[in-house]
Amino acid sequence: MAAIERPVIKPRPVYLNLFEIRQPLPAIVSILHRISGALLFVVGIPVVLWGVQRSLASPETFAQWKSTMSEPLWKFVALALAWGYLHHLLAGLRHLALDVHVGVDLEPARRSSAVVLILSLLLTVLVAVRLW
Amino acid sequence: MVTNVSYEAVSAHYGWRDWLSQRLTAVVMLLYTLLVFGIVLWHGGLDYTVWKSVFANPAFKLATFLFMIAMFFHAWVGVRNIAMDYVKPTGWRLTLQFIVICVLIAYTGWTIQILWGG
Repeated sequence: MAAIERPVIKPRPVYLNLFEIRQPLPAIVSILHRISGALLFVVGIPVVLWGVQRSLASPETFAQWKSTMSEPLWKFVALALAWGYLHHLLAGLRHLALDVHVGVDLEPARRSSAVVLILSLLLTVLVAVRLW
Repeated sequence: MVTNVSYEAVSAHYGWRDWLSQRLTAVVMLLYTLLVFGIVLWHGGLDYTVWKSVFANPAFKLATFLFMIAMFFHAWVGVRNIAMDYVKPTGWRLTLQFIVICVLIAYTGWTIQILWGG
């Protein structure tokens, strides 16, 4: 039996400073998908449940809730959640498309991630205009 | 030669189930989002009377409940994935996951209170 030459494992440079590696657009969309999901879980769900409860309980609590939501801090929270929801939803739709092999190639994947990023921001601006 | 490869040791086999449920719950949430968006547009904004009447509809209550359950499931799969990626010590990860489960069950109760609590 001939001796099998084992490949020599060379020490390779490990360079994983995530802040210095230039991330491709799909990677940015991906990490924002995760961050927006975490935001929606930690802040979004309780704020929405609280809002639905207050706004439905009585005309008085509805008015109170409305005036609370008109405070600048809460407007900012609402805007952040709107961005989170929009980005997460659009990135999710992109995922569903990729699942059925639509836009899997490099160029379409880059383009669709740009669309997700920009469209979610544009829609968030619309929400901001509506809020202020 | 290895003829019988077992993957049991490296997989809990819930990957494909999570994959599917994450997509099904996403579609449920998408449809509900479109429904609510349509309702708001239809009424041209929401005052208390309209808002209250929308939520008085039993079908809308059920749709909302379905949305919330889908969201809680979706959140569980997502948060567990995040925990598995970043929280390496098993004890901390299980503690975090336990808390998340408790919170989501509490949210389910809260949702029922809001929808059918009078």
